Amino acid sequence: MFPASFAYVAARSVEEALELMVKHGEEGKLLAGGHSLIPAMKLRLQSPRTLIDLGTVPGLRGVRVDGDHLVIGALTVHTDVASSELVRKHLLGLADATSVIGDIQVRNRGTIGGSVAHADPAADLPVILTALNASFTVQSLSGSRSIAVDDFFTDFFTTAMNSDEILTEIHVPIPATGTGSAYAKLPHPASGYVVVSAGALIARQASGSCTAARVAIGGLGTGPLRAVATELELQGKPLTPQIIAAAAAKAAEETEPVEDSYAGVEYKCHVATVYARKAIEAAVERVKS
Amino acid sequence: MTTEHEPNGLIGASLKRVEDPPLITGKGCYVDDINLPGMLHLAFQRSPYPHAKILSIDVGKAKTMPGVEAVITGNDISEKLNLSSSQVLPKMKIPPHPVLARGAVHCVGAPVAAVVAKTRAQAEDAANSIDVEYEALPGVSNAEAALEPGAPLAREEIDGNICYTMVKNGGDVDKAFAIADHIFTMHIASPRQVALAMEPRGIVASPDPFGKNLTLWLSTQGPHRARAEIANTLGFPEHKIHLIAPDVGGGFGSKGPVYREDIVACHLALKLRKPIKWVATRSEDFITTIQGRDQAMTSEMALRKDGKILGLKVKVVANLGAYLHSSTAGPPQRMLGMACGSYQIKDCRVEIVAVFTNTCPTGPYRGAGRPESVLNIERLLDKAAAVLGMDRLEIRRKNFIQPDQFPYTTGTGVEYDSGDYEKPLREALKMSNYDDLLRQRDERRKRGELVGVGFSTFVEPSGGAGFESGTVRVERTGEITVLTGSSSHGQGHETSWAQIAAELMKTSMDHVTILHGDTHVSQQGTGTFGSRSAVVGGGALAIAAERVIEKGKRIAAHLVEAAPEDLVQSDGGFAVKGVPDKTISWRQIAGAAYSGRVPEGMEIGLQETAFFDPKREAWGFGTHVALVSIDRDTGKFTIERLVLVDDCGVVINPMIVEGQIHGGVAQGLGEAMREQMLYSDDGQVQTGTFMNYAIMRAADMPPMILGETITPNPFNPLGVKGVGECGTNGAPPSVANALMDALAPLGIEHVDMPYTAPKLWALIRNAERKN
Ligand SMILES: Cc1cc2nc3c(=O)[nH]c(=O)nc-3n(C[C@H](O)[C@H](O)[C@H](O)COP(=O)(O)OP(=O)(O)OC[C@H]3O[C@@H](n4cnc5c(N)ncnc54)[C@H](O)[C@@H]3O)c2cc1C
Repeated sequence: MFPASFAYVAARSVEEALELMVKHGEEGKLLAGGHSLIPAMKLRLQSPRTLIDLGTVPGLRGVRVDGDHLVIGALTVHTDVASSELVRKHLLGLADATSVIGDIQVRNRGTIGGSVAHADPAADLPVILTALNASFTVQSLSGSRSIAVDDFFTDFFTTAMNSDEILTEIHVPIPATGTGSAYAKLPHPASGYVVVSAGALIARQASGSCTAARVAIGGLGTGPLRAVATELELQGKPLTPQIIAAAAAKAAEETEPVEDSYAGVEYKCHVATVYARKAIEAAVERVKS
Repeated sequence: MTTEHEPNGLIGASLKRVEDPPLITGKGCYVDDINLPGMLHLAFQRSPYPHAKILSIDVGKAKTMPGVEAVITGNDISEKLNLSSSQVLPKMKIPPHPVLARGAVHCVGAPVAAVVAKTRAQAEDAANSIDVEYEALPGVSNAEAALEPGAPLAREEIDGNICYTMVKNGGDVDKAFAIADHIFTMHIASPRQVALAMEPRGIVASPDPFGKNLTLWLSTQGPHRARAEIANTLGFPEHKIHLIAPDVGGGFGSKGPVYREDIVACHLALKLRKPIKWVATRSEDFITTIQGRDQAMTSEMALRKDGKILGLKVKVVANLGAYLHSSTAGPPQRMLGMACGSYQIKDCRVEIVAVFTNTCPTGPYRGAGRPESVLNIERLLDKAAAVLGMDRLEIRRKNFIQPDQFPYTTGTGVEYDSGDYEKPLREALKMSNYDDLLRQRDERRKRGELVGVGFSTFVEPSGGAGFESGTVRVERTGEITVLTGSSSHGQGHETSWAQIAAELMKTSMDHVTILHGDTHVSQQGTGTFGSRSAVVGGGALAIAAERVIEKGKRIAAHLVEAAPEDLVQSDGGFAVKGVPDKTISWRQIAGAAYSGRVPEGMEIGLQETAFFDPKREAWGFGTHVALVSIDRDTGKFTIERLVLVDDCGVVINPMIVEGQIHGGVAQGLGEAMREQMLYSDDGQVQTGTFMNYAIMRAADMPPMILGETITPNPFNPLGVKGVGECGTNGAPPSVANALMDALAPLGIEHVDMPYTAPKLWALIRNAERKN
């Protein structure tokens, strides 16, 4: 519960942070809200020699519209995402997910970029951002690039970012009218993190049938998983409770969850179907309104 | 009590706790708030293995690190620095419990080396740098598994894994079983819980410059007992230790015994002649502070077909963990006295097998053997009703000990002092609208829901473990100072004790000061645990107050030249009978008492001390009723209604009593719904953080409906019984019976706590597959 000693540097710009990362190499670590990193340091699971604070870098916070996308700065804290007018207008699913992270203190400090970069398999945001088809802008000294969410989460606590890159922005397409999104989570009774969760983005024609569906599941793999079978099952079909239930029943297909001290494999697969149904139903409900 | 005064209504008043303002504004003073000039800090290197031989310890690096003043291992200190059981039973096996491991470790977290440094960070870093080479040994974590032939030895120093066994027979149990119409068996395993006091354990040890006296600030439930244990272990004169329990942030039983770290801190402070502080991190507290429950009960019950319980056999296999603390051996023995609950069962046999495993030691945790005992008998009663096809209420009423049978000696030879079990039962049925609950249940069942109603009609002993002391002193100013040996760690003594003293002395609460938690302030004491404070400490206070009142009255009579019989207590002192204007205040009496204007032959001063030992426990009782439901889709278990009717005799402060019930219920429901300390089969810790140990939180609590009946305790000066543990004793079995009622339509007969969603879901699914 006491971290090993470390040095602290407050970066003033993304460039300076990038230079510091190169300078400190393996021994340096970016600090955003600190709500994943500092607990890990206190348990001495991580012992970086230098913390490079991004919190002092201007311009990395806030939500704005850029064409047909919402752009969220990596340092935007969960509370600000959840209460953003733009997010509440266009991406209710993201508001759902950000409001069920931890508790109020955690939401006031933890950042969307930190959560994404940390890639905890039990985190909320990777799941909903997968459903919302987000992409991530990452920057290094040699320039910036964009990574699609489906390519981003590569393993437990591992992303497609290189060690010399900083995540600066999260881009989320603004869904067309006739689309709704939602997120549903079964929290672990101790940690509050995800046992399983589901995010859904559903487009519905006036006729009532589904024109597009992205459904993502958390808790069943090394990161968020697309429930491809569920999406296919919904495609082009009328969004009746029966069709939704049948589609949701396929949410855990071809997944390989692992048992932990709380829940077994069969349970996780089953509740994934329950939460997929809840998320899809809620997303469909939002199309109406 | 025979005081001739009108009660002024303080006993029984819901008064806000006078100790709260500093505590809830962050102005309390806990051990970690004690900072002394030149104070050093202590940290430990601990075993990551459940069971291992220590091959080597390299402290070379640690010794050279900044700020480090001392590094020691088990080899550097006397073998006598060893903790042990306060209870020694015939043939009991007591393997060593050295304060630092010597040659081997037997559970995760066992301290292997200690470092003292100028700052805490330096101490932690240096402790972390110590390199220990281990050879892993096979381990065992489950007590029943530890009894299997060929099981790994948890303690290689002894033969087998049994610490002690006990058997108690009452009546003729074999005959009872021979003539029974029905016999059934049941197996229940109670989950292991972690006490998790909000303030972790901690100590500051400060020797005088010559090492002749030792001042300790310790987060403890019993300053005098802790002092005695520390003195014994160190071989240091007890009276030269001044032990102070400052504000203590909870204990729940876990801060009764002394721990290894306490002794190491004292030893090093004396050796270095410098003050030393150690405060556990949450991680350390999780895995090293005694844990509770973890008993498996196998029972057999013999029934006559009319519902009369003929006989009972209970075998307890209790998990003691790896080492014996002073209080570790105790909790399983509760079953000896409590196996039969509130029922007339004269023919019974109780057997205890207490077992070593490679887990954190266990010990008293709120209830301390009572919750297991109540759970066992209350589940048995429900099962007996099912076996006979009888109503669950009817079988209880048929077997209840009746009010005119008290004092009642149970089959195992324990005396229950007093009770009237029908009273809270009737009240709880009324408050819960019991018949309506059953109707609702049946209707919802028809709609396919899983709904259950259950209750427990329990008894619980309180106020044991010997004496408590109380001193009442009238100061020169007429204000009252109370010294109590019973020390508060959240129970609100400063309020309740002031209510008692002010009411008995007929003065205002502002004029009463309660001093506790300091061995140099209060005389000897026993401490706060086992729901004993109000019963024993309150009793001692009442007796001391009576003596002061007697003496005060004689002095007052002397002052007004009247006979003591002609005086009565009046507001703030005494008045002459029939002449209410003629009053003598406590201030006047004290003035006389300290200046020698006392009757011929009377000693001056106005202070009395009483040591009260009730010699019998006070058996509280109650009925708890629960309505529960389970979501088929996810297994989620919901307590929809919980009605708790408790009878703890006379109530001193109803708000504090309610708080005690709320807190106890929270910990009890934690056991029922969420909490379980899990170890791998060989003893590796699996739920050692709040990330995976699901402690009950405020938001997880169901609404509680509290009720009471009051049956004064005839053997207590105040008429009180204990209440601190009724929440953990009575609530979980009511919930267990409700859950099993909900699952009964599926043919499910048993599931152990905690009732987590994945567990219930799997059970329901398997049952549905079978059907
Ligand atoms: C009590 C508690 C409960 C929680 N409950 C939940 C929950 O229910 N659901 C949930 O999803 N999360 C939960 N969290 C985690 C929380 O959301 C974290 O804040 C988040 O995961 C990490 O964000 P952060 O800003 O705190 O990142 P930090 O902890 O500062 O950093 C995390 C990691 O990401 C790296 N990093 C941070 N920012 C960047 C960046 N811009 N570019 C590249 N790398 C970067 C850091 O170097 C570090 O390795 C909880 C945390 C706590 C303490």
